[in-house]
This record gives sequence, C-alpha cells and structure tokens, in this order.
Amino acid sequence: MFSNLDFTNLDLQKLVFGRLSLADIPYHEPILLVTFAVVAMGGVVVLGAITYFRFWGPLWRDWVTSVDHKKIGIMYIILALVMLLRGFADAIMMITQKAIAFGPSEGYLPPHHYDQIFTAHGVIMIFFVAMPFVTGLMNYVVPLQIGARDVSFPFLNNFSFWMTVAGAVITMISLFVGEFSRATWLGYPPLSGADMSPGVGVDYWIWGLQIAGIGTLLSGINLVATIVKMRAPGMTMMKLPVFVWTSLCTNVLIVAAFPILTAVLVLLSLDRYVGTHFFTNDLGGNPMMYFNLIWIWGHPEVYILILPAFGIFSEVTSTYCGKRLFGYASMVYATVVITILSYLVWLHHFFTMGSGANVNSFFGITTMIISIPTGAKIFNWLFTMYRGRIRFELPMLWTVGFMVTFVIGGMTGVLLAVPPADFVLHNSLFLVAHFHNVIIGGVLFGMFAGVNYWFPKAFGFKLDPFWGKMSFWCWLVGFYLVFMPLYVLGLMGVTRRTQHFDDPTLQPWFIAAACGAVLILCGILSLLVQIVVSIRNREALRDTTGDPWGGRTLEWSTSSPPPDYNFAFTPVVHDLDAWYDMKSRGYARPLNGFRPIHMPKNTGTGAIIGGLSVVFGFAMIWYIWWLAALSFAAIFIVSIVHTFNYNRDFYIPADTVVRAENERTAVLAGRV
Amino acid sequence: MSIAAVISALTVRAQRLAARARPLRAALVLPLAGLLAGCNLVVMNPSGDVAVQQRNLVIASTGLMLLIIVPVIILTLIFAWHYRDSNKSATYDPGWHHSTQLEVVIWSVPLVIIIALGALTWISTHTLDPYRPLSRIAPGQPVAAETKPLEVQAVALDWKWLFFYPEYGVATVNELAAPVDRPISFKITASSVMNTFYVPALAGMVYAMPGMEMKLHAVINKPGVYEGLSAQYSGSGFSRMTFKFHGLDEAAFDAWIAKVKSEGKDLSRDAYLELEKPSEREPVRYYASAADGLFSRIVNMCALPGKMCMSEMMKIDAAGGAGVHSHENRERLRYDNRHIQQGDEAPGATVPASGRPPRSEPQPGGAPPAGGHGGHDHGGHSAPGSDGSVAPAQRNNN
Repeated sequence: MFSNLDFTNLDLQKLVFGRLSLADIPYHEPILLVTFAVVAMGGVVVLGAITYFRFWGPLWRDWVTSVDHKKIGIMYIILALVMLLRGFADAIMMITQKAIAFGPSEGYLPPHHYDQIFTAHGVIMIFFVAMPFVTGLMNYVVPLQIGARDVSFPFLNNFSFWMTVAGAVITMISLFVGEFSRATWLGYPPLSGADMSPGVGVDYWIWGLQIAGIGTLLSGINLVATIVKMRAPGMTMMKLPVFVWTSLCTNVLIVAAFPILTAVLVLLSLDRYVGTHFFTNDLGGNPMMYFNLIWIWGHPEVYILILPAFGIFSEVTSTYCGKRLFGYASMVYATVVITILSYLVWLHHFFTMGSGANVNSFFGITTMIISIPTGAKIFNWLFTMYRGRIRFELPMLWTVGFMVTFVIGGMTGVLLAVPPADFVLHNSLFLVAHFHNVIIGGVLFGMFAGVNYWFPKAFGFKLDPFWGKMSFWCWLVGFYLVFMPLYVLGLMGVTRRTQHFDDPTLQPWFIAAACGAVLILCGILSLLVQIVVSIRNREALRDTTGDPWGGRTLEWSTSSPPPDYNFAFTPVVHDLDAWYDMKSRGYARPLNGFRPIHMPKNTGTGAIIGGLSVVFGFAMIWYIWWLAALSFAAIFIVSIVHTFNYNRDFYIPADTVVRAENERTAVLAGRV
Repeated sequence: MSIAAVISALTVRAQRLAARARPLRAALVLPLAGLLAGCNLVVMNPSGDVAVQQRNLVIASTGLMLLIIVPVIILTLIFAWHYRDSNKSATYDPGWHHSTQLEVVIWSVPLVIIIALGALTWISTHTLDPYRPLSRIAPGQPVAAETKPLEVQAVALDWKWLFFYPEYGVATVNELAAPVDRPISFKITASSVMNTFYVPALAGMVYAMPGMEMKLHAVINKPGVYEGLSAQYSGSGFSRMTFKFHGLDEAAFDAWIAKVKSEGKDLSRDAYLELEKPSEREPVRYYASAADGLFSRIVNMCALPGKMCMSEMMKIDAAGGAGVHSHENRERLRYDNRHIQQGDEAPGATVPASGRPPRSEPQPGGAPPAGGHGGHDHGGHSAPGSDGSVAPAQRNNN
C-alpha cells in the first residue's frame, strides 16, 4: 500500500492528490447526479438564507461555538433529523429495488450501487441517526433533571458534537466523491479487507466511524462524570429520575464499549493500510476474531440505544398517567442488570459460525435472561398505567405504540436466541424484521416520544398535536406494513441484502412492504410539517408556565426555554420526582437574593478540530499523505493552543439574573 | 391491592372485549390466512428431519413466549383504554406505586418462562448441533448402524457453489443431489470470503469460511427440488449465488450420478483455478472426475501451484517454526483466491483499485473484465507457480 511513497517513480498527480482523480466523481450516475443537484440547491438556499438574514454572526457565536448543553443537545437532534432523511432515502430505494427486481427485471440499482446503499443505510441509521438522537436528548435533559447548570466538561461536549458531525460529513462526502463501503454496516473481513475491497469505500466507512467514535466516547465520559458529580444536593442515586439512571447506564456502556470499536477498526485499518494480517485469510490472519470483537462492541451498542428510550418511556408514562412510576427500584435494578448482561451475549450474532453446542447454548441462555429485566420494565409501565388517569398527548401515544410493538420484537429476539432456531432464521429477512421491530418500535418511537415531550421545554411552545398524530399513525401503520411481510418472507427462506429475486411468489410481500415504506415517508413528512406548523402557530401553542404537562422532575421547575444558567438557585431534592414533591409541598419560587452565576465561555476550538478531522479523514481515505500529515499536525497544534486559553469562564452578573427572573415572575403572574 | 381482584376484573373486561371483537377478527384473519396459504413458508414446512425439528423448536419457543406476550399486549390496550383521562368512572390512585406481591409476580413469571425456554435451548442446541452425526432420519427411525452417510464437500466460490462427492469421484457446480432418507455429512468451506451454506428445506445454515472446514449433518425425507443459497452477503454476485438441491430416491440418485459421470468433464486443478475466478450466474456444470485432494487443497488455500498449504504452515509452526527461513515462505502464503492481484477484481471496484472507471452494469455470465489495464504485470497464473512444480513437499528444512 505504501507504493505511493516510492520516490524512485515519482508521480506528481499521485503525490498531490493521492488516489483521487476526476474519474472518482460519479457524474455518470444519474441518481447521484440528481441527488447532488438537490443537495447543492438546498445548500445554496440555506446559505443564502443565512446570509440574507445576517445569521452568520449569531450562528457562530450562539450555536457553533456554544458550550451550553441545551444548544448542543438541540444541534445533535437536528443532525439526527437531517441524517434520518438520508438514511430513509436509502431505505426506500432499497425496498423499491426489491419490489421490482424479479425474474428478468434487474430493477434500477445494480449490485455495486445497491450494496453501497444497504451499507450506508445501516451505518447512517445507527451511528448518525439513533446515536445523535440519544446523545442529544441526554445532553439536553440530564443536566436539567439533576439540577445542574451544565455538564461536567462543557468544552468537551462541544468538541464531541463536532466530531460526530465530522464523521457524518465524511460519510456524506462518499456520496459524491468516490464510493461508500459495500461490505455491510459492520464491515466483516475478509470482504472488507484490502484484497476483496480495494477501493475507497471501506476507508470512508472506517474514518467516518473512527472520528464520530471519538465524539461518542468523550460525550460518554462527560455524561458519566456529570451524573456522578453534579447532582443537586439531596439527589441520592435512588432519587435519580429514571431517565438519568438509564442515561448513566448507557454512558457507562459507551465508555466501556466504544474503545473496542476503535481498536478493532484500527486493526482493520492496519490490515488495509500497512499490510498487517490481523483479519486476512492468509499469513495467520483470523477473520473470526473480528466477528467477536466487533460484536463485543456491537451488542452493548444495542443497549446504548434502547436504554435511554426506556428512560423516556418511564418519564412519559408517569407524567401522563399522573402517577408515580410503579416499582422505581425494580426499574433501576432491571436497568443495571441489562447493562451488565449486555456484555455476555455477543456471540448470539453468529451462532452459525460453529462454536459448538456448549458455547452456543451459554450465549443463547444469557440472551434470554436479558428478557427477564426487560419484561419487568414492561410490567412496570403497565402497572403505572393501572389506576392512572392517562392523558393521550403525543408522547403517551408513542409510548403505547411502543409497548405493543416492542414486545413483538422482543419475542422474535428471544426466538432468535435459541441457536437451532437461529440456524434457520439467521441473516434472513426475519432477522431484519426483528431488529427493525426493536429499533424502530423501541429506539425511534422513544426518541419521538422524547422530542414531543421535551420540545416545549426547549422552545417554549408545544408541538402541533394534529400533525403529530398524523406522524404517529403513519409511522405505526407503516412500520407494521413494512416489517410484518418481512417476517413472513424470512419464514419463506429469503435472505437479507439480496438485490434480485427469481421467485415471483415473493413479489406481493415486497410490494406490501414498499407501500409501508411510503406510509413511513408520510410519517417523516408529517413530522417535518408538524415542526413547521408549530413554529408558525407558536403563539397559540405557547407555554408560559414552564410545566405544560404537569411534570414531575426538575426540568419542569424552570422556565421554558430555560435561562442559560438553568436554575437561579440550585434546587434541593427531598424525594423522588423532586418537582412533584416541591409542588405538593407548596414550593414558592425565590424572588430575590440572586447572585452572579459562574458559567463556561464559548469556544470555537471544537468546531475547528472537527473541521480539521474531516480534512484528515478525507486525506487518509484518498492516500493524500501530505495533507493527512498537515491536518494531523494542525489538530495537534490547535489542541495544544487551546490548553493555553485561560479565559474560559465568566460570571453572569446578578442584575442580569434578576432581570431574567423578574421577567419570569411577570409572565407567571400574567397567567394568573 | 390484591392481585386476584386485579386479575378477575381484567378477565371480565377482556372477555367482554373479545366478544365484541370476534366478527372483526374473523374478517381480519381470513384473508391473511388465504395469502399465507398461497406462498411457500419453507422454514415452517420443510422436508428434512433436521429442519423439521428446528421448525418444531421455533413453534414451541414462540408458543411459550406467547403465554406472556399476548396477555401483555391485551393488558396494555385495556389499561390504555380504561384508564383514559375522560373515563372519570375509572379508579384514580396517584399514590399507588408499589406492591411487593405484584413485583414478585412480574419478575418470576418471565423467569419461569425463561427457565423452561432455557432448558429447551440447552437440550435442542446439543441435539441439533450441526457437528453431531445424525442419530435418526425421521421420528422413530434411528439411523441403522451399517448406514454410511453420503459425504458432500461444499465450496462457496465467488459466486457459485461447488460440490464434491468423494464417494463417487464426481463434482458439480450449482446443483446438489442426495438420496432420500440417507444421512448427508457436509464438509463446507469457501475460497475467498465468508458465505453461509443454506438449504431451508433441508437444515439450518452454517458459515462457509475460507481456510476453515465446517460440518453439517442433515437428511432429506421427501423427494423434490429445493432452493439452496448463500445467506451471508459476499459481494456483488451474492444475490444470484443460488443452487438447486434435488432430493432423489435411490434409483434416481444413481441415475443422476451416472448422468454426471457421462456428461461431465474433468475438474483438474487448472480447471478449478479457472472456475474459482469471480463470476455470476454460473450455469450448472458437471465434472466426472476431480483432481486428487482438491477439496483439501481448497480448505488449505493451496489450490494454486506454488502456494504453501495452511496445514503445512501449521505443522511448521507446531514444530517450533522455521525461524529466519520463514520469510522464504511469505510469498507462498499470500493467497489471492479472488484473483484480484491477477486483474479479476470485483465488479464495481473503481479507479484506485482497477485503474478504470467504475462500471455499473453487472457482468453477464461471469465474463472477466476487459483486459488491457496496466499495473498488474505480476498477474496471471504463471508468476507465483512458474517453476511448474506441483506444490512441493514444503517444510522449510527446519
């Protein structure tokens, strides 16, 4: 691979551009060309609007450089929504191809394009939709729920976000420069090795994940520290809101699991870049080792995504049932047990590798054991509803939709954990239906519940219920319409990742699934319409109380949106459901005695390093060694220079706090 | 709060609801059943004893889990409806958030089901271990002591299947046949990347891995033609990497072997190396004979003359290694079973790999890419094995 460094045969173009040349721009692919035109037009419109409204200054000062956990949380969720559109575009292209490519018809996607699409779909949905969604909500909500003013390391938070964005940007660049990986979302070798995948695709995949992974890991460390160290006085561990508990467990999992991903990708990179033989067929390499390593990260990753969703459902259920959560302690223990067990099940992803009956049944049974605490959680939500008074606002709708859908996914999951049953269902569309069942029905429904639940907190007005319900029903019905046929197809022996079929009896099922995908599209469009309509009707949807749902946790005690400092005085906690407890004991908002508040200062370093990381990743992908060295050096220098920046904090003057709090007093009084 | 009261109240409610829903359910279920009857749920309706047992296990496990899943779904919907905000007649008890009795129930019911399922898992995983020789060919029909299983050696190539029948000396591509009710013992490997060997009607799948020999035991009980495929994505030809599996009675199987022998050519090592090159939509091919030990050479990745077999390397390593002489083996241990160094790179490989623009059109009939691209002058079969020696009795004089 280092033949590029062979100076005896100096090739100027190779030296300057690495393996990049004009031929790598896929201008002969009509689909990509149209996509590029649309993206470029959209980009021009956005940039034009920012310029026209003179928004560049505020964008940089108040958002890009912001270390405020609330703004960073919002930016994560915007990233997730944007990437959801890309990931879904991939999904609908795939299902359309599957619905038409029968017998003599080739469909419209040749394998080399189709294979990139299913890889990109998986990578984007997990790493750049689900992860930013989860991280964004945790970022926004956790400090508010524990009565803190920010996370432990505010700059690190900003840096983590921009590294995640950098990873997403690298993945998106592959659409228009070169190609993306065709080696599936987990890039199993030997297929992803240099011998079988010599192009840039796998390298795009590696560097996108590596750079985003740094962000995820650091954000995990940050939130663990925040939850452990920054809880309000009186908030002992067993008085933590359940969402904070699930966030803590998720971030512990992130801290323990993501280094494995980083390490295994480094090993794969070494195989690809310098010719080592960790996972090759030859010279002692062992691809099976990769399967183990990637799933030792990969299985906890599943719980990294679902645990925060569980936390959201807990908050939502108890709020809208007007009841304390049933079985708080068992909910916490269930979460912790799931966290620990998630490390003992990875092998169930490859029972068919021939590990032998003892090993297979061990991992099958540990997997089943996870369903016990998960089942306990379902029952806890169920009995929270029992003798409650359920208001079917949007988050509660998503929650009930989740409970019904998720248990089906859980059941098929446990079925797949029985090794001999897995032998007939592994890698089938049944499996595909299963994990979409838990990821859409669990994670995504949870995120939508969370967004609808906390949106009024973040922006001061509720989301429009009509379009929210449209979105909910389209997603719910669309989900069943897509994935129930896929379960059936799995039982017909149809495998995943196939681009063409010979058996015409399969076609009606794929057409049904494609119709479901159209419904989901309506669900996504309704979501976007919901946001636009809500912004337009914001005065009618305005919430002046800061507590529109009759909330129970501390985030509802402050104004909506919360001031930069979150809480003028750090709350003191006496009971679980601290805000409900304060309200029921006749809490009176303090009106004087405000003091200056110590806050972190914004910094552009995170965005700059994120940008340099994109350059570095791009240079590594295309073998532009000089640029890689230069950008790496720049990252290094910027990091060191940042350590000399001692001007990192400031005080919000007392009279600013007084003004903000008086304003709130007036708003609250005006309501009465 | 007694559990009995909760449960009895719920049962009454559920019955009332079910009575109301009955005609609706019939209207929903009937067309669905009709649709399902029209298609071939091969996993649910297989033709081999192993797959039948796996199907039974799927049904039993699902049944066990439905014991808890169905009540949960029904309870969710009933609670959601009954305790809605507008139903002021429903009891509202905001202080109720704990019941030790109920907690015991909600942890122990799933536990009991998982204990049952775990026991089922342990037993079935051992009895249905693909490495375990069959003990029966159908319920109540143990394998006779003198029965010799049919041995089939399967190789996942890019992107077709090669089957050796050592007992008969023949080999086939993309067609597999076996006599009904005779145990089959598969040995499975792959040439370049991972695949899985899967005949849904016959038995569950196992991975086919380069450099590894996997085992699978199965039996087919009904004559017929069944689908076989790879279930693990392996590159651009993956979707068409299918084959037909023929379950034949004794006489028909003998006739099939005779046909392969009469129509087939010889699968020499050169013919194999040609076959190994990536190609899609391969037709069925018959080989009346195959080079000696070819399957073992494929498993050991030394089908190409001049390459060192992995088994030999392992032998050297087991003997303490060849020390500094190892570097002489290095080139002979570099395998290129996808023939990428030789210029047969995967379709869609773009400029950096192939020096020519990406091609979107799938290659018809496995035609190798147009020649004339530079940069691969060390390609061809001649270079590594140009000394012409048949893979010598390696061992590096250690």
